[in-house]
Amino acid sequence: MTDAPTATPKTLYDKIWDAHVVDRSEDGTCLLYIDRHLVHEVTSPQAFEGLRMTGRKVRAPDRTIAVPDHNVPTTAGRDTHIENEESRIQVEALDTNARDFGIHYYPVSDIRQGIVHIVGPEQGWTLPGMTVVCGDSHTATHGAFGALAHGIGTSEVEHVLATQTLIQKKSKNMKVEITGKLRPGVTAKDITLSVIGATGTAGGTGHVIEYCGEAIRDLSMEGRMTVCNMAIEGGARAGLIAPDEKTFAYVMGRPHAPKGAAWEAALAWWKTLYTDEGAHFDKVVTLRGEDIAPVVTWGTSPEDVLPITGEVPAPESFTGGKVEAARRSLDYMGLTAGTKLTDIAIDAVFIGSCTNGRIEDLRAAAEILKGRRIAPGVRGMVVPGSGLVRAQAEDEGLAQIFIDAGFEWRLAGCSMCLAMNPDQLRPGERCAATSNRNFEGRQGRGGRTHLMSPAMAAAAAVTGRLTDVRTLMAAETATA
Amino acid sequence: MDKFTTLTGVAAPMPLVNIDTDMIIPKQFLKTIQRSGLGKNLFDEMRYNPDGSEIPDFVLNQPAYRQAQIIVAGDNFGCGSSREHAPWALLDFGIRCVISTSFADIFYNNCFKNGILPVVLPPEAVAALMEDARNGANARITVDLENQTVTGSDGRSHAFEVDPFKKHCLLNGLDDIGLTLEKVSAIDSYETHAAQSRPWV
Ligand code: SF4
Repeated sequence: MTDAPTATPKTLYDKIWDAHVVDRSEDGTCLLYIDRHLVHEVTSPQAFEGLRMTGRKVRAPDRTIAVPDHNVPTTAGRDTHIENEESRIQVEALDTNARDFGIHYYPVSDIRQGIVHIVGPEQGWTLPGMTVVCGDSHTATHGAFGALAHGIGTSEVEHVLATQTLIQKKSKNMKVEITGKLRPGVTAKDITLSVIGATGTAGGTGHVIEYCGEAIRDLSMEGRMTVCNMAIEGGARAGLIAPDEKTFAYVMGRPHAPKGAAWEAALAWWKTLYTDEGAHFDKVVTLRGEDIAPVVTWGTSPEDVLPITGEVPAPESFTGGKVEAARRSLDYMGLTAGTKLTDIAIDAVFIGSCTNGRIEDLRAAAEILKGRRIAPGVRGMVVPGSGLVRAQAEDEGLAQIFIDAGFEWRLAGCSMCLAMNPDQLRPGERCAATSNRNFEGRQGRGGRTHLMSPAMAAAAAVTGRLTDVRTLMAAETATA
Repeated sequence: MDKFTTLTGVAAPMPLVNIDTDMIIPKQFLKTIQRSGLGKNLFDEMRYNPDGSEIPDFVLNQPAYRQAQIIVAGDNFGCGSSREHAPWALLDFGIRCVISTSFADIFYNNCFKNGILPVVLPPEAVAALMEDARNGANARITVDLENQTVTGSDGRSHAFEVDPFKKHCLLNGLDDIGLTLEKVSAIDSYETHAAQSRPWV
């Protein structure tokens, strides 16, 4: 338990938890202090309304950061007019709430605007050892910095706004270790999807996952964010990666990162943020990096993961309620058991989202697309995760590669990750997507989503069907 | 928030596993800035054809289940997005209790904030209640939060676990924020302490 003597080895999660307990009840329920509260337009209006109705204020406006992302169109002109009335009302409500309550705000007209989980780290709001919450399940992304970060509901958003705390019971500790090296063509996205494939979408329920092992250490900060982003798809409350030199280098110099003496003090504490030798984990999962292949999803749950070399499975190959679920999935996805995954033709490609909308993701996709064209009849869309990512991609010449390949080059936002904005699939359309959810209707009613890495999505764009990116890489090496 | 003490009602069977919050309330209905009015769009894409007509096979469209107050569901109910619109939609439809073998964390917590009781039972118990639920309006299920039991129409009771604090709040319809603000001096002193130990935050 958390109040064991200090000599007991602690996990990283234990350490961050302990540093944030404001109050502990006898039954173990804690009041946890929240260092950063990120807010977006969809899950916050009712919370601000609640404050108004009760005459409460935002307790710590300095720790509260808002940005519109889910509803915003990703085409020009959106800063002056949003066509969809309900979306416009939500974005305007956020404008008003940010102003009335005096919180930090990045409106659509600001180059720093983007997906909340990309903006937070980019601006240095997210720091190691912090507690970070947002009314959004992919808050887990920030765990890549060794911050305890998780999604909350709107009532909890209101609770954090009013009290800067959250009522929480401690989760269990789970370790996911990825040993060894990844093979060429295998990325952070393949790691995180493979883990969910191995544990199921409820495998992490009630747990906070710490990802560790050589393959995780080797990842860039961008890659680590991709891994933690999908901890929620594995059912976990949060995902964590211990901070190290890469983390510190990423954070240093960001607008809201500490400077000077404060930096030194912070660094000294951050360096203590690791799991002690011998600390207890309630659950351990180990995968070998070498065994991970480029993967795609075939169904309507993120656990429906297979190596791209595989075939669409038969529903009967599962057990329990999953048989019916798989049958329903295949029906929805318009797939037949036994079809080779690489024979599945696609209509659209979406590169973006808080999972894979960072600069490194765009580089990986551009690498494959360079000198190539999108297959005839396929619609491709690249949506950078923030205005700054977009600007950097333009500077690096990536934008031109996408445009030359036939992709649409969009403004930052959630876009077709959830299709609350004008970017949507039509019924029956099949999409190779770098986002995190393949639920029914997620990308538009009747739309069919296959999740994969940016490089795999780029490969699918080129051939017009799901494709093993390694075949295109091999061709590159051969012609080099 | 409405109290939850005991509830006797019709239960709708939804044996599907991994019913996610996108299914419970698709994103096109998240654009509201209010909490109420989402019941008509609960399970929208499973419940209605694109032209807006009802899909007769869907459980909540069947006469026996139109007044359902309980859902008995497959594993891992409420996975996916953190949208509190999911419990708001359930509540607005009239659902006060969901029974499954497991729930996604955020959804589970969100239920309690809205007067909905999520009940976790072992697979055999859920299977038995699912059978019960299939008998439609003839089979009423009783959920007793005080005594932590679910009783099927055959009179068999199944005990469930629930966090004592959550139970207390639900039984009394208590608002979390009010409770927490009673501890405001603890928050003040934490902030004073943190300003010294982690001044960079
Ligand atoms: S990009 Fe997708 S998953 Fe990420 S915050 Fe936006 S909608 Fe959610």
